[in-house]
Amino acid sequence: MSLDTELSPVEGIKTSSNFLRGTIAEGLKDRTTGAFVDDDTQLTKFHGFYQQDDRDLRAERKAQKLEPLYSFMLRARVPGGVATPQQWLAIDKIAGDLTAAGSLRLTTRQTFQYHGVYKHNLKPVIQELDKALIDSIAACGDVNRNIMCNPNPVDSHIHAEVYDWAKKISEHLLPNTKAYWELWFDDERVADNHVDEEPIYGNTYLPRKFKAAVAIPPHNDVDVYANDMGFIAIIEDGKLAGFNVTVGGGMGTTHGDVKTYPRAASTFGFIRPQDTLKVAEAILTTQRDFGNRKDRKQARLKYTIDTIGIDKYISEVETRAGITFEPAREVTFTQQGDRFGWVKGFDGKWHLTVFIESGRIKDFPGKPLRTGLVEIAKIHQGDFRMTANQNLIIAGVPDEQKATIEGLARKYGLLGETISVLKENSMACVALPTCSLAMAEAERYLPEFVAKVEQLTLKHGIEQQPIVMRMTGCPNGCARPFMAEIGFVGKADGRYNMYLGADGIGTRVNKLYKENIDEATILAELDELFGQYSKAREQGETFGNYVVRAGIVKAVHEGRLWHE
Amino acid sequence: MLLSTLTQENSVLNAQQLAQLQQLAAQLNPIQQAWVSGYLAATSQLTGQSLTAAQPQAGQSLTIVYGSQTGNAKALAQSLSQSAQSKGFTAELISAADYKVQRLKKETHLIVIVSTHGEGEPPEDAEALHQFIFGKKAPKLDTLNFAVLGLGDSSYEFFCQTGKDFDTQLEKLGAKRLFDRVDLDVDYETQANQWSTDILERLEPELKNAQQGQVPQANVIPLTPRNAYSKTQPYTAKLIAAQKITGRDSNKDVRHIEIDLEGSGIHYQPGDSLGVWFSNDEQLVAQLLSALGIDPQSEVQFDDNAISIREALINHYELTQLHPGFVTTYAELTGNDELTELAQDKAALRAYIDERQVIDVVLQNPAKLDATQFITALRKLTPRLYSIASSQQEVEEEVHLTVGVVGYEAFGQDHLGGASGFLGRRLQEDDSVRVYIEPNNNFRLPEDDSVPVIMIGPGTGIAPFRAFLQHRDNNGADGKNWLFFGNPHFAQDFLYQTELLDFKKRGVLTRLDVAFSRDQAQKVYVQDRLLENAQAVYQWLQDGAHIYICGDGNKMAKDVHLALLQIVKSQGQLDDEQAEQYLTDLRTNKRLQKDVY
Repeated sequence: MSLDTELSPVEGIKTSSNFLRGTIAEGLKDRTTGAFVDDDTQLTKFHGFYQQDDRDLRAERKAQKLEPLYSFMLRARVPGGVATPQQWLAIDKIAGDLTAAGSLRLTTRQTFQYHGVYKHNLKPVIQELDKALIDSIAACGDVNRNIMCNPNPVDSHIHAEVYDWAKKISEHLLPNTKAYWELWFDDERVADNHVDEEPIYGNTYLPRKFKAAVAIPPHNDVDVYANDMGFIAIIEDGKLAGFNVTVGGGMGTTHGDVKTYPRAASTFGFIRPQDTLKVAEAILTTQRDFGNRKDRKQARLKYTIDTIGIDKYISEVETRAGITFEPAREVTFTQQGDRFGWVKGFDGKWHLTVFIESGRIKDFPGKPLRTGLVEIAKIHQGDFRMTANQNLIIAGVPDEQKATIEGLARKYGLLGETISVLKENSMACVALPTCSLAMAEAERYLPEFVAKVEQLTLKHGIEQQPIVMRMTGCPNGCARPFMAEIGFVGKADGRYNMYLGADGIGTRVNKLYKENIDEATILAELDELFGQYSKAREQGETFGNYVVRAGIVKAVHEGRLWHE
Repeated sequence: MLLSTLTQENSVLNAQQLAQLQQLAAQLNPIQQAWVSGYLAATSQLTGQSLTAAQPQAGQSLTIVYGSQTGNAKALAQSLSQSAQSKGFTAELISAADYKVQRLKKETHLIVIVSTHGEGEPPEDAEALHQFIFGKKAPKLDTLNFAVLGLGDSSYEFFCQTGKDFDTQLEKLGAKRLFDRVDLDVDYETQANQWSTDILERLEPELKNAQQGQVPQANVIPLTPRNAYSKTQPYTAKLIAAQKITGRDSNKDVRHIEIDLEGSGIHYQPGDSLGVWFSNDEQLVAQLLSALGIDPQSEVQFDDNAISIREALINHYELTQLHPGFVTTYAELTGNDELTELAQDKAALRAYIDERQVIDVVLQNPAKLDATQFITALRKLTPRLYSIASSQQEVEEEVHLTVGVVGYEAFGQDHLGGASGFLGRRLQEDDSVRVYIEPNNNFRLPEDDSVPVIMIGPGTGIAPFRAFLQHRDNNGADGKNWLFFGNPHFAQDFLYQTELLDFKKRGVLTRLDVAFSRDQAQKVYVQDRLLENAQAVYQWLQDGAHIYICGDGNKMAKDVHLALLQIVKSQGQLDDEQAEQYLTDLRTNKRLQKDVY
């Protein structure tokens, strides 16, 4: 057993936090600063929000003798990304009334987050969300985060059943502490005799964040292999037969630290639906007990599994869950991206997927997306589904409303623009100015960057080929850049590492191709590579598979070999 | 009087001390002398020694009491006292704030020089005395002879009201008026000098005889001014910085001004103000002259010199603070009936000038005038006083100010305040600015470092408290410090936030309570924070805390006063009168001090 002093500082903060309370209550009362004390900023994540500041204003405000413009990014927990129109109206109103950004941002994990929530508005935001039956518990922090689930509603009854499992997993793995209710609701919901305990997590929670996803083949929009824990629905004879279980995926790395790497998950085997919760809990508790609590950069499940070995991890899970994995069923994925426009489901309802650039829903000049969605929500009878690619599905539209909804979508700029295939398959994280981790631009820069790359795809006649391209401001991997056929990870202002060779369906991580290069170099590289690809590609061959076959980069079959 | 001509007879020094002083002074250059004088004056103040003379034991004596907000009444009183001395009789010069009301009935000759503040109110330092003569305990004053000089601003409705109050009330109490009261406007100097001469002539025979045979009185004012520089002889300093300290989305433009005093020998104390001479905006002057059809090079007379009207308007006349006299004179000069009619109605005129600067009147009532005519409508420029926001223990040979730039759009063009626009916008780094120290002995930290201090300073009222905190920090003062600050928005308007948080972190600030009025539906102000902390505030007061209020005098200071009344009422279980008395006692004991504007 290791000595306490060797544990990472965050472990100490969690231990002494009294089940995630810390001094958050005192911090809320302190009107002289927009920030919380350092230790509490670790704990607020478990309540769904991160302390940030506007980095563009840091120097200016320092000269003005003002503290950094602190605000909070608050992320909701929306299992599978489904929201009713009533919920949408509430979500939108909060964005307008209580955030400085005045926007909603759809995340890569099928939920939404608010930016620019000032400290004095945290309570109102959480309380208003609660009125719409939405919470932010465990949206961030060392716990199971918002669970993803393929939102494709075409095969509606299967989707409903699988989605139901996603929700059950989410509820089952929620922290049990009443700190959330106590802090944010002054709360009558906490009984006087309540004693906090965490039967699944224990009072130190997990060593690190934990991400789960449920996929329905052939769509791998949720990037199931990028998750710590994945369930791939196996449909047999039109029914849900069970799940292939995947374990040990993860994106985050640290520049220059070769002990860190992205990893595509390993497949453990097949389970029956009734074993789902037991298995989920066993995967999580194994990580709880075997995960590294000394070094947060080695604490994700992907390192635990490579440290103790896949076989050992499997046997732990089998013992804890009291099951035996059956051989994994054969699955085929065809794409990571979304399908845009209208599709008709088997139940006759219509579903409209609209492209939302970087997931940012805002009233842009000439493009009032927020207002448009509110107008749609006012009459919509189905629901809204946030996709893992930061887009939005207006789902469950009956025939008679299809034209009206399309009219509204066009009127408010949700439809009508011609969007290139490249853009449809691109994604960026938030990065500057609010993310404290960002080393380079992502969301703000991606549109102009994509426009330049589009010119190259046109030049080489590959503009109809879906190429998954993703950009992040740092190597922590929020936009899952290591699952992209072309990945860019910020290194410094205007400079990125460039990665190639993921397969385009999300089962293989990419590999570093060039380090610390600027836009001109990137474009020159792509010009050359696209040229080769357009001439030498085989029928149906993705760009990512081509660069591997052509020997431009080596395929990475195991994350731990990423640096080799 | 020069040090070299000082004799033992007319000084408080003995022969040996005098010789040593004269010897030392001979070795010092003028700047060194000024520097030494400041330290000597400061030392004597710190040790609490009064520089004023003891009251004559017998017979007739003259006491000059002044109540001053901006230092004008004080300066007049000082000059009157000096003139009396030069005529061979002495007068005791005393601030109304230091005046023990019990001695009023023993006075034989009293001159009151007092300004009027706000809506007819006495200046802070004269409040207690004013209250006393109108109160139940006011004595019969049958043996008193008095004269009053009132200072004011005729653009206000209650012009020289406090002077009038003293004049009528002293008479009511049985005192005999020696001399008719004079009410003087902003350009008071000439008339004031005449009045001084007249009144001394009237008093001279009476007092000179009475004082004959008495030991010559000690100097009634410091031997030399504390600083070599004054309103009339300001120091030309350099601007170091004019840093905006409100956020980019603020509706306010507040500047932290740093001015270099290096080599000036200027010394100041926390609580003092800095007088700032400013220049008007050259573009504004150009626009004005062009509208009036005046050649900028036209010559006008200023202080017996011929200068261009452009120069006169930039450096010597008020253009931004509009005076009713301007409207009246301009209406006459231009034969504008409408404006003349408006000027008859005082309330309407007040409202009219509140919204306008000189340029607005001219643009809205176009006319062609010649340079000399136009000048007659204007008032001479006066310097502005700003509460000093630094302690020399911290910043040494610098002085810092917190200046809210007055800026607004009206009648289709941008308007800037005269001094605030000069300091905050027009002045560039290393540009010259003429300044002097205006001491304020009625806004002083407790001499005892262990006494707790409550500071209430919303908006730019924070300025002197930054100085207080720097001072106490550098002194290692162990007294507790509690600051109340307020402004519209936390994220944009928290003046000196990082410094205050640092004071708090280091324990210099014991408590920091803030009220940001516009961050929630219901507006919250500093007085609300005081009331929320009623018990603790009262406890601090009971523990001997000094309480200071700085900032807006019209609304904030009154609301804070009411809040304090409520606190001492509820916490001390006092009735209305007792609560008022509690605060009056605080004020009399200099434990409640205000610097409001």
